[in-house]
Amino acid sequence: MSRLRPTPGLFAVSVVASLLLGLMPLPAALLAAKPYWIALVLIYWLLEAPDRAGLGTAFLIGLAADVVFGTLIGEQALRLTIIAFLVLRFRARLRFFPLSQQAVAVFALLLNDRVVTLGIRAFSGEGLPPLTFWLAPVVGTLLWPWLFLLLDGLRLRLRVRDL
Amino acid sequence: MTYSGNSSGPLFAEGGAGALRLLAYLMVAVILMVADFRGGYLQQLRGWLSLLNEPLYRIASSPAVAASALRDAMVGRQNLAADRDALRSELLVAQAQLGRLDAVQRENERLRQLMGGTRGLRLQVQLASLADIDLDPFRHRIVLDRGGRAGVRTGLAIIDGSGLVGQVTQVTPMRANAILISDPSHAVPVQVQRSGLRTIAFGTGELNRLVIPNIPQSADIRVGDLLITSGMGGGFPAGLLVAHITRLQPDETRLFGLAEARPVAALDRSGEVLLVWDQPADALDEMGPPALPEPPTESPKLPADATPIDEAAVDDRGPSQ
Repeated sequence: MSRLRPTPGLFAVSVVASLLLGLMPLPAALLAAKPYWIALVLIYWLLEAPDRAGLGTAFLIGLAADVVFGTLIGEQALRLTIIAFLVLRFRARLRFFPLSQQAVAVFALLLNDRVVTLGIRAFSGEGLPPLTFWLAPVVGTLLWPWLFLLLDGLRLRLRVRDL
Repeated sequence: MTYSGNSSGPLFAEGGAGALRLLAYLMVAVILMVADFRGGYLQQLRGWLSLLNEPLYRIASSPAVAASALRDAMVGRQNLAADRDALRSELLVAQAQLGRLDAVQRENERLRQLMGGTRGLRLQVQLASLADIDLDPFRHRIVLDRGGRAGVRTGLAIIDGSGLVGQVTQVTPMRANAILISDPSHAVPVQVQRSGLRTIAFGTGELNRLVIPNIPQSADIRVGDLLITSGMGGGFPAGLLVAHITRLQPDETRLFGLAEARPVAALDRSGEVLLVWDQPADALDEMGPPALPEPPTESPKLPADATPIDEAAVDDRGPSQ
């Protein structure tokens, strides 16, 4: 898959779209279930096109997200860098997992990210969040196969059209 | 290429992430966070970068804006007429109450003069809307559509029609970020309206619950009591409604009480809010209820659409800034 023609347009568009999805207002009941879109998109690109996305990219996307979401500058950069490191470390294995198994790995990554977030916020003096804080990784896991298929399909289509 | 079979082979090396690089990035991230948290050194940088946010915020809020526009367009004449009638009668009631308030205010003023002229504080308000975007459901932060250019500055209190909503934490030229009173890291100095007991209300992370810990057993506080800001500490103007007590119970030590309160403001998405700041009233004869919009010339710092609403609700304990 990484032999595919690079698709710089799709990469940028998907990252911006993930930022927008994160900002999108939802009904109050669904708010807690909002997955960490940026991480999901980043994991996809790390798995499929590691020549395009690496630790540095993750760091920069994180900085952008910090500015957009008004978090401490560096918070999301740290979180995404940790995710990127773990994905790259286990990339060879993750890539050949079936989608369901991959989703479980993504769940572990997102859960770890939640723990890191909790650590950072505890350090900066914010209190413990309610239990629904842990809902987002579950939703992210359920969405992962669809996101994966969608981005894969888009890449394939773009390539076919260019040939 | 032969398959090398262990983790140092080319299969793993491809795009591999060295632990050293990870450490370097983590260090940089931590340094940035500390710089942002401790010193606010990055405020300037954030201000510039936030201009890039503008299009993102616009796009992200467009579905909500479109939906509300659609709702406005679909709503029938009848509904509009009913709304207008309801608002008209509300206005009547409000005006009647204002008239009474006016009398009380004059009396208050006279008493103050008798007591030796401690001057009240004048509250200024400015209307702002919430941007239809959601930063993080667990942090209770909101984005306002007014920023430094409109005179907003860090620390301003935010109220809606019924009570205190939060305070401004970050200001960029076009936008301001604010923290809600329900955020777990937020605390507001309050006072029980009935008995004058002063205490502090902490956010819990739930929109409809504040807690007031460490209440002495002898304290005069009951379920149903209204809490208003006390003005202690200078963060909030005194006299703004905050919450009403819903539950009282002893805490774990059984030496103190723990109260739960429900904010009176609609913290979940009130579309429009008021930014409030207090200002020492310079001339006593210019005080008054919000009858007529005063020219902004008397206060050069303030934006043109700021109007004074109230000044005498502030008691002597409210520190003048």
